[in-house]
Amino acid sequence: MDQFANLKPRLVLTGITKRYPSVVANENVSLSVRPGEIHAVLGENGAGKSTLMKIIYGVTKPDAGTIMWNDQYEIIAAPSQARRMGIGMVFQHFSLFETLTVWENIAMALDEPVPTAKLAAQITEVSEKYGLPIDPYRLVHSMSVGERQRVEIVRCLLQEPKLLIMDEPTSVLTPQAVLILFKTLKRLASEGCSILYISHKLDEIRALCDTATVLRGGKVSGDAIPRNETNESLARLMIGGELAECHLIPREAKEVRLDVEHLSLESPDPFGTSLKDISLQVRSGEILGIAGVSGNGQKELMTALSGERLSTSGSMIKLFGQPVGALNPAKRRALGLTFVPEERLGRGAVPPMSLAYNALLTGARKGMVQKGLIHPSVMRTFSKHVIERFKVKCGDEQSVASSLSGGNLQKFIVGRETMLQPKMMIVAQPTWGVDVGAAQLIRQALIDLRDQGVALLVISEELDELFTISDRLCVLAAGRLSPSVKPAETSIEQIGVWMSGKFGDKAGDGAAPANSKLETAYAQA
Amino acid sequence: MLRLERRATPSSTMSIVSPLLAAAGMLVTGFLLFSALGKDPVEAFYLFFIKPLSTTYGIGELLLKATPLLLCGLGLALGFRANVWNIGAEGQLTMGAIAGGGVALWFGDSDSMFAMPLMLLAGVLGGMAWAAIPAFLRTRFNTNEILVTLMLVYIAQLTLSWLVHGPWRDPQGQNYPQSQGFGDAETMSVLIEGTRVTWGIVYALGLALIAWVFSQKTFAGFRMQVAGLAPAAAAYAGFSEKRNIWIALMLCGATAGLAGICEVAGPIGRLQQEISPGYGFAAIIVAWIGRLHPIGVVFGALLMSLLYLGGESAQMGMGLPSAITGLFQGLLLFYLLAADLFISFRLKRVVPITEPTLPTPAARIESTA
Amino acid sequence: MNPLVPMIASTVVAATPLIYAALGETVVERSGVLNLGIEGMMLIGAVAGFAATRGSGSDTVGFLAAAAAGIALSLVFGFLTLNLQTNQVATGLALTLFGIGLSAFVGHDLAGLPVDRLAPLKIPVLSSIPVLGDLLFHYDIMVYLSIALFLGVQWFLTRSRPGLTLRAIGESPAVAHAIGKSVLKTRYLAVMFGGATAGIAGAYLSLVQTPMWVEGMSAGKGWIALALVVFGTWKPARVVVGAYLFGGVTQFQLFAQGFGLPIPTEFLSMLPYAATVVVLVIICRDPKTILLNQPASLGHSFHSAA
Repeated sequence: MDQFANLKPRLVLTGITKRYPSVVANENVSLSVRPGEIHAVLGENGAGKSTLMKIIYGVTKPDAGTIMWNDQYEIIAAPSQARRMGIGMVFQHFSLFETLTVWENIAMALDEPVPTAKLAAQITEVSEKYGLPIDPYRLVHSMSVGERQRVEIVRCLLQEPKLLIMDEPTSVLTPQAVLILFKTLKRLASEGCSILYISHKLDEIRALCDTATVLRGGKVSGDAIPRNETNESLARLMIGGELAECHLIPREAKEVRLDVEHLSLESPDPFGTSLKDISLQVRSGEILGIAGVSGNGQKELMTALSGERLSTSGSMIKLFGQPVGALNPAKRRALGLTFVPEERLGRGAVPPMSLAYNALLTGARKGMVQKGLIHPSVMRTFSKHVIERFKVKCGDEQSVASSLSGGNLQKFIVGRETMLQPKMMIVAQPTWGVDVGAAQLIRQALIDLRDQGVALLVISEELDELFTISDRLCVLAAGRLSPSVKPAETSIEQIGVWMSGKFGDKAGDGAAPANSKLETAYAQA
Repeated sequence: MLRLERRATPSSTMSIVSPLLAAAGMLVTGFLLFSALGKDPVEAFYLFFIKPLSTTYGIGELLLKATPLLLCGLGLALGFRANVWNIGAEGQLTMGAIAGGGVALWFGDSDSMFAMPLMLLAGVLGGMAWAAIPAFLRTRFNTNEILVTLMLVYIAQLTLSWLVHGPWRDPQGQNYPQSQGFGDAETMSVLIEGTRVTWGIVYALGLALIAWVFSQKTFAGFRMQVAGLAPAAAAYAGFSEKRNIWIALMLCGATAGLAGICEVAGPIGRLQQEISPGYGFAAIIVAWIGRLHPIGVVFGALLMSLLYLGGESAQMGMGLPSAITGLFQGLLLFYLLAADLFISFRLKRVVPITEPTLPTPAARIESTA
Repeated sequence: MNPLVPMIASTVVAATPLIYAALGETVVERSGVLNLGIEGMMLIGAVAGFAATRGSGSDTVGFLAAAAAGIALSLVFGFLTLNLQTNQVATGLALTLFGIGLSAFVGHDLAGLPVDRLAPLKIPVLSSIPVLGDLLFHYDIMVYLSIALFLGVQWFLTRSRPGLTLRAIGESPAVAHAIGKSVLKTRYLAVMFGGATAGIAGAYLSLVQTPMWVEGMSAGKGWIALALVVFGTWKPARVVVGAYLFGGVTQFQLFAQGFGLPIPTEFLSMLPYAATVVVLVIICRDPKTILLNQPASLGHSFHSAA
C-alpha cells in the first residue's frame, strides 16, 4: 500500500444522497479510495452500505452528489459502464445461473464473444494465479457457496478491474476460506487494484483493511484507520454506543425435548442437499447451536423438524417423547414447538397482511379463533403485546408486514413465537440482516427463554453469535452433523475444519462437496 | 420522463378506482370502434347501455343474466384468492346442467315437490364432481389445473352435445338437438311479473353474503387467503395446501353447477346444445373486476350482464355482430389489468441528471422528485 | 389404396399447426414468459390469413398477414406483462377472450365463404415415388417450413449466443439484468416470435386444413399447444414429437370411421382433450421433472428496480 501512498485518489464520492419511499438510504456520503488501498465500508445492517455500492456500480443512480473517477466526473448509468471503467463487484447474493457451467456464466458477462477453449484456459490461469482455483466446465448448481463466490471473483478478475467491490464476502466462507480470500485481496492490492470491502465484522476489517469509512443510519459517522482502532472504538462509531454483551450463565439442562435419531431425508430440490444420518438431542434449558454455511442442509433440516416436510418413517423425530414425523407444523405447534424461519417476508409473515393478521398465522390457538370464527380483538391485543415487549418499530398493529424494516419484522416474528409460550423453539438465522440493536434484543430473548426452561435449537451462519449464545455447538456440513461440543472446549479454527466435513472419526470421505482435483489441492491451505 | 416506482404499501384507493378507470377505457375504445365502423356512436351507446335497462323486462333480463355470472364469479373469486386457477367454470356449469337436467327429465311431467330441490342438488353435485377431477389431479399428481379444467370444458360440452343428439333427444322434437321441455314443476317459477327472473338471483345474492362472511370472518377463509398470498407462509403455518385446493375447487364446482341448473331449469327450460354464451369464462372477468371480493363480484356481474344485453340490443338495433360482446369483455379485462398497475406502482416524473459544470467539491445536482 | 397413407398424411397436416404454435410458445416460455393467449392469436391469424388470401389471391400474402396479426396482438400482451408488470396468467386469458371476440367480430361476414386450399408441392422426381413419395414429399410448403422452423429453433436455443442469453433470462432475469442483459428486449422478441407462429398456425387451419373461416375454429388447439410445451419439457424435439402424436389423436375420428368402430363421434372428438389431460398428469407427476426443466422464472413478472 505504501508504494501508492502518493498517488491521487482513484475514486472520490462527494455528497452522495439516495432516497427511497420509506427511508433515506444514503445522506451526504463522501469517501475516497486510492490505488492499492483496501478501504472498508463499515456499518451495521441497514446503515446504507449496499445502496452506496449499488450507486458506484451503476445499478442505481443517486439523487444528489458527484462521483469522480481518476480525476474525472462520471455518471455511472449501468453496470456495463462501470465494468468498462474498470469497476468490478462481487455481490453478497451471487449473480450466477445455476443451470449453466462456469464458463457459460462468465461468457454471458463478456462484451465480446471469446472461443470456449480460450476462455476456459483464461479462467484456469487467472483462478490459479490468485489462489482460487475452479474448473471451468463444472455446472454452478453442483458447487458449494464458497466455490460459487470464487466464480464471481474470477469473473471480475478476468476483466482486470481497477476497483473491486466486495459486498459482505465472508458470511458464506469457512474460517479457512476467509484466510485464502484475504491473501487474494492483499495480492490484488499490491498490484495496484483498489478494493472496497463492505462488512460489519470488526475482527476481519482490523486484520485486512487499510482505511475505513463508517456508516450509521445512512450518514458517515467517521473515518478510521482500522489498525489503530479496537473493536470497541469501531463499534462505537458503528452504532453510536457500546456493544452490549450477552452472557450465558451455565445451568443444568433437564429432560430431552427434541430427539432426532438417524434422520436421513432426500432433498425435494434437485439442487438441494440431502440429510444423511443426523442425530441430535436438545434438552430443556439449553441452546444447541448448529453452525454451517447455507447450502449444507440447513433448509432441509429445518423443514423436517418444523413439519413443513413430513418424514416417512415416523419415529426418527421425537418431540417431548412423541414421534412427530407425520405431523404437520400446526400439529407440532399444538404440542409446544414454535419456530422462526430463515425467510421473513413470504414465510414467517404474509407481506400484504397487517401485523395483527400475521399474529393469526401461528397464534390461532391462543383464543384468536373460536368455533371457526376469527376474533379480531384477541388478535389485536396479542399483537400489541408483542410490539410493546419486543420494541417493534411500526405504525401500530394494523401496519402491513412489508412496511417494517427487516430487523423490526424479525423482532415481531421472534416475539410472536416467544409469546406462544413454547416448550421448544427452533430458530434459523435469527439476526441475519438485522441491525445491531435488534440483534441484541433477539439474542437476549433467546437466552431468556432458555433460562425459563425452554429447549432451543439455533441454526446460524454467524460463528460469533453461536459462540456467544450456545450451550453446545455442532456443525452441519454436506447434510451430515458433527458431534456437539461446548464452545469453551473448541475454537473457531476447529469449527472451520469441521465445516469442510472432516469431523474426527467420521472421516470426511464423501462428506465434503465434490471437488475437482485442482481445488482439493488448494483446500488444504 | 416518467418512471414507474413501487409503492411502499399498495394503494387501497386505486383498488376501487381502477375498475372504474377500466370501464371508462373500454367505453372510450367502444366509442372509437363504433365510429370507425361507420355507426353513430351515440346511438350505439344508447342501444348498448341505456336501452336494455329502460323497461322492467329489461331490468329482469339484467338480473337473469347476472345470476350465472354472479354464481360462477363468487366461486372463481374465492379460488383465485387461494391461487387456484379454475378456468373451466364453463365445463362445471355444463355438467351441473346435465346432472340437474337429467333429474328433471327423469321426473318428466310429475308434480312432485321433490323435483326442484333434487334438481338443484343434482346440479350442485354435478358441478362439484366435475371440479373434483382437477382437484384430485392437482393434489395427487401435481397437475396444473389451468389446462385440466380447460380440457374438461370441451369434454363437458361434447358430452352435452352427444346427449341432446342421441339418448336424450326429444322424440317429438323434429330431430332438433334438444331434450324434451321440462314439466311445470321442473321449471323454476318467475319471481317478478313481466320478467323472466327466477329464484336463481335470490340464491346468488344469498351466496354472495355467505361468501363475504366466509372470506372475512372465518379461519378457513383466512387460510385460503394466506395460501394465495404467500404459499410458503401457509406451509409454515401448517395450513394444508391440499385441503385449500379441494375447498376452492369444490366451491367453484358447486356454484357453477348451480348456475348451470338455474339456466336450464329457468329461462331455457330444457337441455340443448347451447346453454351458455360463455358465462363461465365471462365470470373470470367478473371475479377480477370485483377485486375477488364478494360485494365487488355482485357489481361486476351486473356490469358484465349489461354487456351481454347491450350486445344483443346492438345486434338487433344496428346489425352489429353479436361477437361484439366478447370483444368488449376482452377489452375490459385488458384495461383492468393495465389500470391495476397503479395499485402497486406510481408514476414519477424524473429529470435526468446532467453533467456538472464546475468541478468543485461542493457542486451538487439535485433532481426533482 | 393402402389406407395407412392418407391417415399418416392427415396426421402430418393436423400436427403442423400444433408444431408452429408450440415451437413459438416454447421459445416464449424459455425466456420466462407464460403466454396463455395462443388460442386468441391463432384465431386472429386464421381470420387475417383468410381475409388476406381472399383479397389478394395469394397464400403467401395470407400467411404473412396472419403472422403480422399475431405479432400485433402479442405486442398488446407484451406491453401489459413486460412494461406494466400485469399478471401473466390473467393477461393471457384476456388475450384469448379478446382474440376470440375480435376474430369473430372481424370475420362475421367471411363465414362460410370459399377459398382455394393451399396446394401441395410437387417436387420433381421425389413426389412420384410410389408410397414413399405420397408419404413424405406430397405436402404443402408450410409442412416443410415447419420442419425448418424446428431445426432453426433447436439450433437457436442450444447453440447460439442469443439463445444462451434467452435461456439465462428464463432462469433468472434478475441475474441477467445485473450482468447487463436487456431482459425486456429479449422477452419482447420472444413474445413477438410466439405471436407470429401462432398466427401462422391459425392461418394454416383456415387456408389448408379446413379451409374456411368459422368462428372459434381452432377448437382448443391453442390450449393443446400449451400442453405440448409441457409434454415436451420445453425441448423443441420432444415438442415436435408430441405434436405428431397429438395430430394422430385428433385424426383418430377418421381412423375409427375408416375401421367402422361404433363409437359416437362426440366421444371420438373428446380424445385429444382427454389425451391432453392424461399427458399432463404423466409429465407433472414427479415434481423433479418440472423443477429441472421448467424455466425458473416462468410466469413471474420482472421489475428492474431503477
